[in-house]
Amino acid sequence: MNEQKESVIRTLQQGLRYDGRKEDGFREIEIKMGSVRNAEGSATVRIGETEVIAGVKMDVETPYPDTPDEGMLMVGEEFLPMANPNFELGPPRIDAIEIARVVDRGIRESKTIDVKGLCITPKEKVWSVMIDICTINDEGNLMDASALAAMAALMNTEMPSYDGEVVDYSKKSGKKLKLREVPITVTVHNIGKNFIVDPTIEEEKSSEARLTVVTLEDGRICALQKGGEKGLSIEEIMKMVDIAGEHSKKIRELLLKNAKK
Amino acid sequence: MTFKRPDGRGKKELREIEAKAGIIKRANGSGYFRIGNTVAYAAVYGPRNIHPKFLQDPSKGVLRCNYNMMPFSSAGSRVRPGGNRRSKEIGLVTEKALSEVVMLTKYPNSVVDVFIELPQTDAGTRCAGISAASIALADAGIPMKDMISSVAVGKVGGEIVADLDYEEEAYDENTVDIPLAFTHRGKKVTLLQMDGKITRDELEEAIRLGSEVIDRIYEAQEKALKEKYIINSEGENHE
Repeated sequence: MNEQKESVIRTLQQGLRYDGRKEDGFREIEIKMGSVRNAEGSATVRIGETEVIAGVKMDVETPYPDTPDEGMLMVGEEFLPMANPNFELGPPRIDAIEIARVVDRGIRESKTIDVKGLCITPKEKVWSVMIDICTINDEGNLMDASALAAMAALMNTEMPSYDGEVVDYSKKSGKKLKLREVPITVTVHNIGKNFIVDPTIEEEKSSEARLTVVTLEDGRICALQKGGEKGLSIEEIMKMVDIAGEHSKKIRELLLKNAKK
Repeated sequence: MTFKRPDGRGKKELREIEAKAGIIKRANGSGYFRIGNTVAYAAVYGPRNIHPKFLQDPSKGVLRCNYNMMPFSSAGSRVRPGGNRRSKEIGLVTEKALSEVVMLTKYPNSVVDVFIELPQTDAGTRCAGISAASIALADAGIPMKDMISSVAVGKVGGEIVADLDYEEEAYDENTVDIPLAFTHRGKKVTLLQMDGKITRDELEEAIRLGSEVIDRIYEAQEKALKEKYIINSEGENHE
């Protein structure tokens, strides 16, 4: 065990967080919807000093042959080297790919987007929804920040105009992207005997196991991802699911409040 | 008939400017520069070890700039991430625009990385990026002889104007766009590119116009840097 991890565990055992936070909760969350005017939908999310921007672009494309009457969803996570001295230029790292995949799964499996409703002409033309998440500053918990920004951006999305031939991005159609659910992603980390949410960078590095839980409004779970090297007992898993569920309620409330503004 | 600018600005009038320093906590220095609807972030990391090693220069540190548009930043369709020939070239001219003032002789074999990111674009992106980068370098405490400020000038509808927006850039096929960067003292030009057809005299008029309006950019940069270091009434740093 390295010194930093020892110090993180010592701090947690004293009931404190590594950044001096007292309670075992999230840092302050700030959601700014519509932060990028050229995107069809966008949001900037800050969790403490961690900041990400998510933007949605839409286009008309040929559907996949196995889903000829469904719109397409794509999620990309860009670990911009601006956000962290250890991020480098080049193709996405495996941890960025994992975040993109988990955010994608949460949105896709919640069925919040009516993919059949995005079909224009079966086998020929469907809408594609492309969500890109860019990191501005990484102070830990990019997973939850990215998922929240992606969902907030979707809730803010207005479809561009389409005349059957070309997409006209300069004209908004006045049609909001219809959403049926508000999935909320919370990752719970196990460090020593402690279970925490919203880790700092140091806590993230010391994490032994993590569980990302995507929860719906009715309490059902629509996606999971276990990470870290340590195995978890069934009791530990259920405890982590419950912690995530509790925090997701407060975050959903905050998101819906921001959407009404 | 004289050309009227679509947004009603005067010939020498720049769009609204907003500049900030130190907005990215993890970076050694950072800057934010918005001009109209074009937004640029810049983050500086370094001096730090350079990889790959063959890029090391034993006589001085290397300045390395990367320019990137976020996938959702364009008014048209999605921009594929990972860069292209255009972004590589802009990174190169950005480096050259800043090298004149950045003094890296004290940092042999290392690199100062500048990452420029654009979340939202409406023409003048390389200029906004350079202006943000100059704030970020100063914020990082990199030794500099001077500040670099950047703005585009051009010819639209037969008129020489400052700070073209996208609507003006796309006005007709005769539009001329000239991105410029200047040192503050001495007004030396460190970035000069152009596309379109223009006479010798018009070119001189355009560059002179640029050297006149550039002080507005500098003032915003200086204010942003000073604001970061204001001591508040409790005697603590404003940060």
